[in-house]
Amino acid sequence: MSATSSSGFAHTTPVDPNKPKLPGSLNVNRRLSQWLRFSADGTVEVHPGKVEIGQGILTTLGQIAADELDVDFARIRMVAASTPASPDEGVTSGSLSTQDSGTAIRHAAADARRIFLSVTSQRTGVPIESLVVRDGAFIGPQGEVGSYWQLANADLLEVEASPEAKPKAIEARRQVGVSTPRIDLPEKVFGTGRYVHDMRLPGMLHARVIRPVARAATLMATPDAPEGAQVVRDGNFLAVLAPTEWQAEAVAARVTARAMWSVRDTLPEQAQHAEYLREAGARGERTGVLARDDAAPSVARTEKRSFFRPFLAHASIGTSCAVAQWNGDAVTIWSHTQGPYNLRADVSRTLRTTEDKVLIHHMEGAGCYGHNGADDVALEAALIARAVPGTPVRLLWSRAEELGWGPFSSAMLVDVEADVAADGTLVAWRSNIISNGHSGRPGRSPIPTLLAASQLEDAFPVVPSINPPMAGGGGAPRNGIPYYRIPKLDVQTTRLLEMPIRSSALRGLGATLNVWSIESVLDELAEAAGEDPVAYRLRHLEDPRARAVLQKAADMCGWATRTKREGWGLGIAFARYKNTGAYAAIAAEIEAKERVFCRRLWVAGDAGEIVNPDGVVNQFEGGAIHGASVALLEQVTFDRRNITSDNWDGYRVLRFTEVPAVETAMLNHPEAPFLGSGEASMAPTIAAIAAAIHDALGIRPHALPFTPENLA
Amino acid sequence: MTNFTLNGAAVSVDVPDGTSLLHALRGPLGLSGPRYGCGDEKCGSCMVLLDGVPTFACTLGVEAAGGKCVTTSEGLGDMAAPHPLQAAFLAEQAGQCGWCLSGILVSASALLAANPDPSEDEIRVALDPHLCRCGSHNRIIRAVRRAAQEMRA
Ligand code: FES
Ligand code: FES
Repeated sequence: MSATSSSGFAHTTPVDPNKPKLPGSLNVNRRLSQWLRFSADGTVEVHPGKVEIGQGILTTLGQIAADELDVDFARIRMVAASTPASPDEGVTSGSLSTQDSGTAIRHAAADARRIFLSVTSQRTGVPIESLVVRDGAFIGPQGEVGSYWQLANADLLEVEASPEAKPKAIEARRQVGVSTPRIDLPEKVFGTGRYVHDMRLPGMLHARVIRPVARAATLMATPDAPEGAQVVRDGNFLAVLAPTEWQAEAVAARVTARAMWSVRDTLPEQAQHAEYLREAGARGERTGVLARDDAAPSVARTEKRSFFRPFLAHASIGTSCAVAQWNGDAVTIWSHTQGPYNLRADVSRTLRTTEDKVLIHHMEGAGCYGHNGADDVALEAALIARAVPGTPVRLLWSRAEELGWGPFSSAMLVDVEADVAADGTLVAWRSNIISNGHSGRPGRSPIPTLLAASQLEDAFPVVPSINPPMAGGGGAPRNGIPYYRIPKLDVQTTRLLEMPIRSSALRGLGATLNVWSIESVLDELAEAAGEDPVAYRLRHLEDPRARAVLQKAADMCGWATRTKREGWGLGIAFARYKNTGAYAAIAAEIEAKERVFCRRLWVAGDAGEIVNPDGVVNQFEGGAIHGASVALLEQVTFDRRNITSDNWDGYRVLRFTEVPAVETAMLNHPEAPFLGSGEASMAPTIAAIAAAIHDALGIRPHALPFTPENLA
Repeated sequence: MTNFTLNGAAVSVDVPDGTSLLHALRGPLGLSGPRYGCGDEKCGSCMVLLDGVPTFACTLGVEAAGGKCVTTSEGLGDMAAPHPLQAAFLAEQAGQCGWCLSGILVSASALLAANPDPSEDEIRVALDPHLCRCGSHNRIIRAVRRAAQEMRA
């Protein structure tokens, strides 16, 4: 699973088909020294290609390495990814990091341990079977005979990993499965700089970008910079540079007021957004996702429904930021990108240089929840810094840029038809999922997709975003195939070939609409059949792990003994993320007042083997709250020219007084593969809230967000 | 030139009038705890204490801090001597990306100074000026309650 999704699509390094397949990302980054470096001082560096985005991945990967090497966790040094030295693991996305990177690191560490032990055995004559590793020391029957640290300088890891390395047996694992405190959290709690935003280099200048007043705009005249500042212009890309942040902001305000743009209307009419999707869909690219035609009972009834969701923003709390510095013809960029190699590819294409001239160092930013402005700002910093060779430039986006100019998760419309037999059993499911593509990530097409690339004098065309292949979970049709037993299926998707508003990946991709549409129709069918929604699902669910999480969520919320309260509702929903990843069942309790409030969520999950139990709970909880926010509040608004929801009043997200209590239970499967945890709970939370609204108000929502206007 | 007390030490900063306290803190004063998130009093990333009162540093002119005491998350404690709130946030693993935490910590410290035993609802209200996009809210509330308990003990 991890292999299919990362092969070809995610990373930029080619794979030699004649070599034996290695686990996870080790397959494309085969040298052990790319992953692990021992040091004579008794520490070991671990070099993942995946990056910390607040999900705790560095801690998780460190635990896997420490366990497999049999060293104390305190000896582990996690090194942030950078080009060209780090393994190319593509993008940190899709809840694949533990699968891709964890599997690779587990195998690499097992192999390193085997190599170190066999060298020690040869050198000392102690048979390898009688050696044990205790916190990095190799202990024979007569005592210590060596250690990783003694052999640290022997270049033992300058080899390709061997497919034969055997990770430990499950019973022998000591550090995996234990809630280990996050290594990145102390600095975040003490406020010591850890983010790229906190970088301070000698002589560093501060930059701000001046955005056009419309999506389609041509800069007619460039204002001059006041004394001490500099205007940088390349086509319609306009920025200012100054020695301090406040000067940069003051100059940006002055230039904004004086810049002259010629603009056009290019955005659809928001009031008719669903109709626009249908119309543009008719001109789009329609493809089959899955067709199945098994024997089935005859059809008694058909239900037709449509579901709509607006554009959604990532809405990171910190705005996008990067620092760039040119040296000769090469540029170094410090960035909170999710994919250093992918970013390098697009930056080098845009700058029309070669990849070796672009060095990317990952530094953390605020949580991104998908492809936000992180990559765009990195290119922009490089473009601006080109005006001042040798000088580091820090570019920070404003709140308006973050909410107005980053990529969005595409608005979507799905038309569903479900056939049922006389006894209510699901017989057939037909759907068409209409959407812009859900990936405009860099590094995946010959034409760069970064925001500024299409604004330069020598501009690149805007290429409509694509959908990752279904083997990688799909984009718009992600979770569009019901996980329930249905003999006849015809799931199709329509990708728009025009992109007035730039779209890319946000947590869950198409799942945020698809899971809700499927679960909503199932609830209706259960109701029509006079069956309990949980029982109805269970009779269509074969996978025992799916049944177990659904049953668990039902138990947690007291489903069987629930009582009706005026103005309150309880709903339940299930999904297995990407149909191949983690399982999540959510029960939601809502209170309907002047608007709908989600008061409680019960989350039952199964993420396969769990490395850091508290970390996984944190991810499932966070995803559920994100889902509640999307369900109740979130929508990007726009007029014919530009995004209008570019501040926190225009783009509302849940606040402390609105956040539901969350109770989470994970069903652990140490024998099963890692399934990832960041995205599984979000979509079923939306679906559970929709069901709870029906329970309270008797209304089945058909448009997100579930605001009074959309429920009217 | 504006003079004030920053995390217990006298400082003076020479920036043009009207420059935000946030820019002064992150610029010449070299701090990282207070952060820009919106510049609009909507997210709390920039929150500091001004004579003990939670205040948005993004919109406050630096001159308004003249003669006052400014406290940032750096002033609450450090790794060697953490504030009970910082210890509690670590104990509860209250955070994901952590962006929101330094502002939330200072607001929480003001809350506990005024109300040593806040209810969950009182904590939510006190933290309502702060956005957390990662969904760490419930952990943060637990951490504030834990710190309150410890400070009362
Ligand atoms: S930066 Fe001050 S409230 Fe957002
Ligand atoms: S932990 Fe990321 S915003 Fe709160």
